[in-house]
Amino acid sequence: MQEKELIPYLYRTEFRKITAVLCRSLGIEHISIAEDLVGDTFLLAAETWGLKGIPQNPAAWLYTVAKNKAKDLLKRNALFSQKISPQIQYATDDNHEIEIDLSVQNIQDSQLQMMFAICYPGIPPEAQIGLSLRILCSFSIDEIADAFLTNKETINKRLYRAKEKLKQDNVKIELPSENEIDKRIENVLTTLYLLFNEGYYSSNNNAVLRKDLCLEAMRLTHMLTENEATNKPAVNALLALMCFHASRFEARVDSNGELILYEDQDTSLWDNELILQGERYLNRASTGNHLSKYHWEAAIAYWHTTTNNEKQKWEKILSLYNQLLMMEYSPIAALNRTYALSKVYGNEEAIIEAEKLNLDNNHLYHCLLGELYSEIDIQKAIEHLQHALKLSRVAADKKVIKNKINKLGKLKNV
Amino acid sequence: MKEFAMIYRSEPMGEIKLTADGNLEISKEWENWMGGIAAQNKLVSPGMRLGNEGRTVKPGNIITNGPYAEVKEIVGGLSIFRAESIEEALEMAKSCPMLNVPHGNVEIRDIIQMNG
Repeated sequence: MQEKELIPYLYRTEFRKITAVLCRSLGIEHISIAEDLVGDTFLLAAETWGLKGIPQNPAAWLYTVAKNKAKDLLKRNALFSQKISPQIQYATDDNHEIEIDLSVQNIQDSQLQMMFAICYPGIPPEAQIGLSLRILCSFSIDEIADAFLTNKETINKRLYRAKEKLKQDNVKIELPSENEIDKRIENVLTTLYLLFNEGYYSSNNNAVLRKDLCLEAMRLTHMLTENEATNKPAVNALLALMCFHASRFEARVDSNGELILYEDQDTSLWDNELILQGERYLNRASTGNHLSKYHWEAAIAYWHTTTNNEKQKWEKILSLYNQLLMMEYSPIAALNRTYALSKVYGNEEAIIEAEKLNLDNNHLYHCLLGELYSEIDIQKAIEHLQHALKLSRVAADKKVIKNKINKLGKLKNV
Repeated sequence: MKEFAMIYRSEPMGEIKLTADGNLEISKEWENWMGGIAAQNKLVSPGMRLGNEGRTVKPGNIITNGPYAEVKEIVGGLSIFRAESIEEALEMAKSCPMLNVPHGNVEIRDIIQMNG
């Protein structure tokens, strides 16, 4: 690999590892310092490697430089704080060598612990996702701004506030105790779920970036399955869900980057390897006696990957949505349930149920009614789709809706 | 929004089917009905199905076996719904599968919250 490609590659894979270890050594109040130290290390690499050539083991070079930079800083700070404050937070005395352990095990542990620290309910979900992308996924501020369709300043402010809050509340960088882990992991899973959805459903036109977000969410969830303490049934269920969805990556976007709806996808493009992986994780999720919402959603996603028995498939999906909704309501589950109902009992039955949903301000509600009416009353179908078009704020969605309206318009004129 | 209890009554229905892990085996009819209520965000709790074992205790230490000594209908279970009014709750109950079984009926009662 040439230097030009090597540094961005190493940035993606190593930034997050070194940053997590440094955060853990320096404490939650110094996330920014840790980021800066690692950033400086990469700058130095770019300068030095350009002049002197690439070292034999580039990752090790980065580790050593980052470690030395951190030690220097700690020493300076130790002197500084000894003079000013008798309470030294993280400095050690002179006889003690400062430990910055960049072993594989400690990197892994530090990343897991940072995951729990960042997914802290005291900061808003979008800040949790932003910080996760920065600290756990090596995303640059520009990339995060792109992912959220906003600018650098907004992201910088958002992350700054989040870090201040973590500092204020003195959030510990550690794995929760065994009794606490089930409760705390819920929040981690919510963030990973949102991160995945940000990629899967986001309005962003950059398909590569969107896929990246999904893959990062999967990587972090996978990391949780690798540690005994965090390898919980709900984690496996979430990972199964992600695998099933991700299996349709290639089938759901056409060559122009436009969304292809599930019904219209070429099923031969579905990734069987990912489907099999999903099945494995779903099997592993089937222990214990608590079913999380990820279990239901993973089961629903599983049935979506099947193609051999349409009748059975939609009956199962309807039943699973019924049960998911009985556990936890969400508008999207209510809409999807009604779609499944139409597949099992027909559109007329589903329209009656749909009109009870009271989701008049939801563009997907009108998309659903547009779909359900399209074989019964074209005029009504078009009206709903036009309503949906007005409510929709996402370009890709608008395009899909417009195409539908055009298609129905042609049918009407025949 | 207020909360209402749906109290399901019918003739004693005999054996209650359980799934392999000991939960109630819910029929497709019931599941679709309950799922439809939940899809409107009006299900507070699916509630519970009552079993067939029962005793009734009366003053003077009089104990009778089962809940159904003298009655044709027994309470089979209850759920809690959310609705603007008892009329709306009544509308929801009209499609309850309980109405398709002998002596089946649904009693709708408003719920008064208790503190603590």
